[in-house]
Amino acid sequence: MFIILVGGGKVGYYLTKELLREGHEVVLMERDPRRAAQIASEVGSVVLNRDGCEGKHLAEAGANRAAVVAAVTGGDEDNLVACQMAKHHFDVPRTIARVNNPKNEILFKRLGVDEIISPTRMVLGAVEQDIPVHELLHLAQLSGGDLELVEAQISSTSPVAGKAIRDIALPEGCLVFAVIRDDVAQAIRAETVLEPGDKVVAMSRNDCQEDVRQILIGEKPQADDED
Amino acid sequence: MRTIIVWCGRVGSGLAEELAAAGHEVTIFDITPTAFNRLPVNFAGQAVRGDGTDEDTLRRAGAEGADWFFALTEGDNRNTLAAQLARDVLGVHHVVAKINDPVRADAYRALGLNTICRSTMMIEALRRFVGLEFRPDVRQVGEALSLDSGVAGEASTAGEG
Repeated sequence: MFIILVGGGKVGYYLTKELLREGHEVVLMERDPRRAAQIASEVGSVVLNRDGCEGKHLAEAGANRAAVVAAVTGGDEDNLVACQMAKHHFDVPRTIARVNNPKNEILFKRLGVDEIISPTRMVLGAVEQDIPVHELLHLAQLSGGDLELVEAQISSTSPVAGKAIRDIALPEGCLVFAVIRDDVAQAIRAETVLEPGDKVVAMSRNDCQEDVRQILIGEKPQADDED
Repeated sequence: MRTIIVWCGRVGSGLAEELAAAGHEVTIFDITPTAFNRLPVNFAGQAVRGDGTDEDTLRRAGAEGADWFFALTEGDNRNTLAAQLARDVLGVHHVVAKINDPVRADAYRALGLNTICRSTMMIEALRRFVGLEFRPDVRQVGEALSLDSGVAGEASTAGEG
């Protein structure tokens, strides 16, 4: 596969090495001449000392036959422009942007970027894995709306512990569809009874997440909050 | 009219001053507080220290649903990001992005963004100054700023009248 990478920072550098090792054809675009030369001395002629946000330079890199353009600079705005130029001027089938400001994720999708990689959200997810007990765990933001995939851990103090799904009044904007019990995920049915230790996976609109949290998890224990 | 200006450089501050004096409700952003020294002491608008390409910052300052949004930082890419954010997320009615690279300005104009390109405007002005003949294939100064037709129409009528 022919892949153009924009941005020769740490991410771009390691990505280039990995992709080359896997046998892909790669061009890495890095606009800083010193950084470009430094990487080129190690990985060879795949480095192009050009600005990946500029149409002319993308053409030079061969964007019209690229299968993927991945923009992984540290600047959201540069990644957006590189992807938009690739998409709209060269009809690149798949564009990938690194996004640092989580707020930009939805905007980038809406502006035609195919895939968003958000290191901030990934670390956030990892941090939240450690303290999930009385908060909803945010698994993924679904594109094209304000829906989010969330997970709620059921404890013995949860209002819904011991209740069947059909007896739980969830807000209209929320749909529960899976339960993880003993590390096995299974589909939720109306007659499924929730037990302490269960993790419930739900799709929820952003505006009803607080209600969902109250219903599935209950109030936060005060003592824990002080820690 | 509610107007948002991102970055208080020479152009941003000058525009802010004129619009505020003309009675617009102007909010101008910059991340460097000293940039606001460019504004007149009696500036009637609001100067906000913050990143005008960040959705939260813009929302907090009331950018949502504004009438005008001018992205005038010194970075072309930052301006395209801010302008598209204003148009597509904050629902601003008229959005203009300063893009100094003529190729990129053309590209974003094709994507429906109003762009203003200093390079194109200056080249055209200097071409005329040295007396180069009119070439229909070269974009004229007026077209370097491709505003929404309704508003541009009114402005040019007023200019002629």
